[in-house]
Amino acid sequence: MRKEHLSVKHLIMYYRTMRGEVRAVDDVSFSLLKGETVALIGESGCGKSSLAKAIIRLMPRNVSIYKGIILFNGINLMDLDEEEFRRKIRWSKITYVPQAALNSLNPVIKVGEQMIEPLTIIYKMGKREALEKAAEALRRVGIDESFIDRYPFELSGGMKQRIIIATALLTNPELIILDEPTSSLDTLTQANIMNILKSIKRETGLSMIFITHDISLSSELADKVAVMYAGQIVEFDTAERFYSNPKHPYSQKLMDSVPTLRTNKKLDFIPGSPPSLLNPPKGCRFAERCQFAFNNCAEDPPAIYLDGDFYVKCWLYMRK
Amino acid sequence: MGAPLLLVENLRKYFEIKRVFLGKKTYLRAVDGVSLSLVRGEAISIVGESGCGKTTLGKTILRLYKPTDGRIIFDGRDITHLGWKDLKWYRRETGLVQQDPFGALPPFMTVKRILEEPLVINGVKNRREREEKIYKALERVKLTPVEDFINKYPHMLSGGQQQRVVIARATILEPKMIVADEPISMLDASVRIEILKLLQELQQKYNQSIIYITHDLSTTKYFSERIYIMYAAQIVESASTSDLLQNPMHPYTRALLNVIPDPDPGNRFIIRNVPAGEPPNLMNPPPGCRFHPRCPNFIKGVCDTREPSIIEVAKGHYVKCWLYG
Ligand SMILES: Nc1ncnc2c1ncn2[C@@H]1O[C@H](COP(=O)(O)OP(=O)(O)O)[C@@H](O)[C@H]1O
Ligand SMILES: Nc1ncnc2c1ncn2[C@@H]1O[C@H](COP(=O)(O)OP(=O)(O)O)[C@@H](O)[C@H]1O
Ligand code: SF4
Ligand SMILES: [Mg+2]
Ligand SMILES: [Mg+2]
Repeated sequence: MRKEHLSVKHLIMYYRTMRGEVRAVDDVSFSLLKGETVALIGESGCGKSSLAKAIIRLMPRNVSIYKGIILFNGINLMDLDEEEFRRKIRWSKITYVPQAALNSLNPVIKVGEQMIEPLTIIYKMGKREALEKAAEALRRVGIDESFIDRYPFELSGGMKQRIIIATALLTNPELIILDEPTSSLDTLTQANIMNILKSIKRETGLSMIFITHDISLSSELADKVAVMYAGQIVEFDTAERFYSNPKHPYSQKLMDSVPTLRTNKKLDFIPGSPPSLLNPPKGCRFAERCQFAFNNCAEDPPAIYLDGDFYVKCWLYMRK
Repeated sequence: MGAPLLLVENLRKYFEIKRVFLGKKTYLRAVDGVSLSLVRGEAISIVGESGCGKTTLGKTILRLYKPTDGRIIFDGRDITHLGWKDLKWYRRETGLVQQDPFGALPPFMTVKRILEEPLVINGVKNRREREEKIYKALERVKLTPVEDFINKYPHMLSGGQQQRVVIARATILEPKMIVADEPISMLDASVRIEILKLLQELQQKYNQSIIYITHDLSTTKYFSERIYIMYAAQIVESASTSDLLQNPMHPYTRALLNVIPDPDPGNRFIIRNVPAGEPPNLMNPPPGCRFHPRCPNFIKGVCDTREPSIIEVAKGHYVKCWLYG
């Protein structure tokens, strides 16, 4: 049996703002085995990037509450202090490709110089050795090693994104968190990146958290799917079950809103919009928009476990 | 079928690029010989990846840009070179819905003032009449009850509601044709369909003619009668929507269709065929067929030397590719 790699339990991260507390990550649990990919899907503002930052502990200053359990290889990362986390986890074990990372490349500094920063700074590796590693990482994402000496301003968006991914792989991490890695790219470029991620997954056994708002795209990588709505994961299931039979009323509606090329389904949408995370409603956060809402929904639904770690946060699935 | 509402023939739009050295003029050919037509009351889609010239095509058709060459016939009238005064008429008959709803709406104006502006500009002097038109436009885009929205500022509205306001503004003078340029690409999944359905209703219920511009092939079939596939400033294939999706012929169209996933857990086990490389620079496009450097079916000595012409391979199905003659 494969080992459990990451297990997030009851994770909470709130932001302090002038208007009150933003409950961006509000009691979130999910897990993945070694070599698996979990797709984290949900509409913008639901808390996907916040959850990623909470796991890699790159948090904005205005975080007011940060608690819960993050088991990584059986060790609770919450027990590590900042120094230990930086030394033992970030970059070496878990890397993070932030949303829109390709825009963060400095256009006038050579690709190689930018790629080796984590190696020379964190590992104090010599420049020659680091550049060799960078060249190797570039080949892995299908880029000729001569690009080490090119400048980002000469490169297309797809090229830059591949360089970013190569950089995230430089330290041979065990887990990579990819935050909307293709959302600004074109159809063919996007497909190219997905191919690269698929082969990396296959060849290296890397675990991934793949964040996207694009449900069709999520199925290009996901072994498991976590659906986020208003700061919470409302459904966590296997890819096999999720794409054919989503359970949460929100997931079902979301799936209905996905245009497809190969089937002739009717499209539908969810009227209204998600609640504010400043003062989310007391009961189920989807209740106001849910066609199945009933009396119970005025109370917060628990995570109802259906099979192992997989759950739905909806009263409809409560066994009598 | 009567005469089409819009007929575009061999349209070109070149942008002049100033070169720092030599002072030589070069041109970026953003639209390079595009022909298309739009039947009254229909919707067509123009599909292509970013930078292929979709926005420039839309704006040139709307005469927001001056065409470099070619002809645009609207409602039986040649509007290619209309002067400033006559353009006023054309502006009334057409509307534009842009990609980013928030960026398109002035933040300091209420919905009412945003919608009133085009009316004032176009000489609707009577206040009651203006109010009536504003109500009708908001009802058309389903921002009802109107009272709940009319005094709001853009930032008080959701993304979907903002895009509704943009559409209301584009249709307030009841134009014969609107160009919707990636109207849903900045919106969230569930909101996209809301807006798509609204456009569909405008077309079906109010007989609105629509040019729908998108990079997302999967949304077109719910919406348009005909699809035009654009690559590197040219139309490479066009057909009725069902024909094009069921029987794509151009290698570029095939590549696009092949890589777009439907939600399916089996996808993760498939490595997809993706043509190598990237679209060409439009200042210096490759000779012959512009897709040839990336094309899996490329015929040496033909595709890289001579430009293919547009051929009707089946009734109403046009392809610009040497594989077909
Ligand atoms: N530093 C911050 N301070 C206050 N609120 C924030 C901060 N960062 C994000 N938020 C808010 O938290 C919520 C979740 O944001 P985010 O995690 O970026 O969502 P997603 O990635 O799903 O789009 C949003 O309402 C957003 O406005
Ligand atoms: N005003 C302009 N001046 C010069 N080049 C332009 C201008 N507008 C667009 N372009 C160029 O024309 C090409 C087509 O752009 P555009 O019509 O915006 O494509 P799309 O909408 O398909 O992304 C691009 O190479 C773009 O950089
Ligand atoms: S718990 Fe109730 S309101 Fe919430 S999604 Fe389920 S049925 Fe709807
Ligand atoms: Mg995000
Ligand atoms: Mg555009």
